[in-house]
Amino acid sequence: MTTEVMSNDEKKWVKAFQRIPQVYYFLVIITVLGVVLDQIFARGNILSNPSILTNILIRSVALGIVAVGQTFVMIGASIDLSVAYTISLTAVLSSLLMQGDPSRVPMTIAIVVGVGVLVGLINGLIITKLDVNAFIATLGTGLIIKGFLNGSFTNWSGSVPESFQAIGYEKIGPIPISILLLLAVVIIGWFILSWTKYGAHLYGVGGSKEIGRLSGLRTSRVIIISHIICSLTSVLSGFFVVSRLGSGAPWVGPDGIYDLESIATTVIGGTALSGGRGGVFGTLAGVFIFGVIDTVFNQLGIDTFLKTVLRGAIIILAVASYSFRSEREAA
Amino acid sequence: MATSTDVPNSQRLTSILEDIWTWVKKVPPVYPVFIVVLFIVSQLNPNFATINGVTSFLRRSSPLAILAMGQLYVLASGGFDLSQGSLINLTTIGSALIIYGNPEDAFISITVMLGIGIMVGLVNGFVVSYLKVPSLIATLGMLLLLKGGGLYWTGGAPKGYLSDNFRFFGRNYIENIPVIGRFPVAGLIFILLGVILSVLFHKTNLGKQILAVGDNPKAARLSGVKVKKVRIIAFIISAVMAVIGGILLGGFGGVSIEAGEGMEMLSVSAAVIGGAVLLGGKGSVPNVAFGALTLEGIISLLNLLGLPKPYRDAVQGVIIIGAVAYTAIRSRKRD
Repeated sequence: MTTEVMSNDEKKWVKAFQRIPQVYYFLVIITVLGVVLDQIFARGNILSNPSILTNILIRSVALGIVAVGQTFVMIGASIDLSVAYTISLTAVLSSLLMQGDPSRVPMTIAIVVGVGVLVGLINGLIITKLDVNAFIATLGTGLIIKGFLNGSFTNWSGSVPESFQAIGYEKIGPIPISILLLLAVVIIGWFILSWTKYGAHLYGVGGSKEIGRLSGLRTSRVIIISHIICSLTSVLSGFFVVSRLGSGAPWVGPDGIYDLESIATTVIGGTALSGGRGGVFGTLAGVFIFGVIDTVFNQLGIDTFLKTVLRGAIIILAVASYSFRSEREAA
Repeated sequence: MATSTDVPNSQRLTSILEDIWTWVKKVPPVYPVFIVVLFIVSQLNPNFATINGVTSFLRRSSPLAILAMGQLYVLASGGFDLSQGSLINLTTIGSALIIYGNPEDAFISITVMLGIGIMVGLVNGFVVSYLKVPSLIATLGMLLLLKGGGLYWTGGAPKGYLSDNFRFFGRNYIENIPVIGRFPVAGLIFILLGVILSVLFHKTNLGKQILAVGDNPKAARLSGVKVKKVRIIAFIISAVMAVIGGILLGGFGGVSIEAGEGMEMLSVSAAVIGGAVLLGGKGSVPNVAFGALTLEGIISLLNLLGLPKPYRDAVQGVIIIGAVAYTAIRSRKRD
């Protein structure tokens, strides 16, 4: 009955409402809970403080950028466990090649981006041409990069010049560059996925490789490109991390648990592990959920170990909250 | 006249050779690789070729082998168990806390830990089967729960210490055995569990059902398999094996905050070296056990070659990619 009464305009709104990824409701719930906790335990001082809010955003930048790349590979029904070490590789190579000299920045960026493309290309080739499951392929390449880094560098090496640290610290007007960077990556990701032929192909191949192949798509190429995109976002995350830290070390990537967290935020954001569904805006909300939780917990002085426990529970509950009704069998 | 008898003879010979060749082709590659690795290790380190060397290798490798066999149950059903490593961690630091050096509490602690293991497997299985959370995410969440929970329980640093009777399982040998002299308790537990898990996997309905669920859950459900129950059992077996592995590792290596870290990836690696197929439907318990022994053998080999630890990671990376690529290319040829 109600549908009959609805005007066209209202229908449009309902449709638009339905298109909001479910994760945004979860983000709202978490934020409200955060506000309540804030009011009870900190008299509202946490979330009304602009510097803390900026901090939530900045904390989300490194994870957010790489999670966009992870979203690409996961839409293609693949996965990338090597991102954390690609971030380390970027950080170490950047500070090593730049040596604090601003004139070396362009050359370094070119070299490191080239290395990122190479890592993605190798991941993609191993997965598509050698038929190796993406989980093992990228676990393997991650271990290889880890071995190389830990074998060659034992400490902070080199440094990035101050001009490069602008990415991490400077603002354009009131907005930090890093947040603009994250927004730019999300919007570019959204544009590629929603408005380009490649995006449509990626959803197609991720939904069903067989159907993609039969309808004339070069499935291998689509997957390889998604892995190159993912490695490039890891490189960008790595640039951001090293610009914040001033120097790179082999452990900066794994210490941030960027591999598992980028996967978790992507899945929380509604991208299916089995591929073919999802998008970057959902992932962004997933990243913000982590950011809000981290910040509120930190400010409230909650035990770090308890924080880990709650984070684990939230990952499971968030994904369960919309997976449990699905007809599909999970594995 | 001589030629007429020669022909069938040579034919018989070629047919025998062909039989042998088809049999050889069927041998999973993990066994020749294992033998080659052990041969090289024994050439580099003569101590290794002694009974003492072999038994101490077995003692060292048993925890990973037990872990990998448990992981296989989940892999074969189409999932992953990433919570194994943190369960090992919880087992060692939790046991130390319960026991606090008092040998009388060792039994209680083992019972409690096995109980926790069953609970963890049950929850993993429930979250995957009923809440339909992909196992990668479900067990990743469990990893964080257990890691944080363990550290919270002990206050961030391992407290207490393990008693000798607890450490017996991972560290000690059964002495005075005729011919071989002594045999590690851990190796005995590994072989015992290996036999039980092999029979369960290859000779019972449960094993067939696990493989059916991993191969195609929908088809399995339609043909009457209780998919949810089978999945839950697979996760329970994996978690219990992690606890047993943790008890052995605690006995062998002692208590530390890092105990068990990364073991879940090692056990997945060992399983794929043993020919297990990710996303389910294929796998063999003995092959996976030898996959674990091979991985440990390779680690010993790299040690002997004086390769620093970081490069061992890199080699492990190359090996798992190679192992899976080999299996994939072989099965592609067969198609």
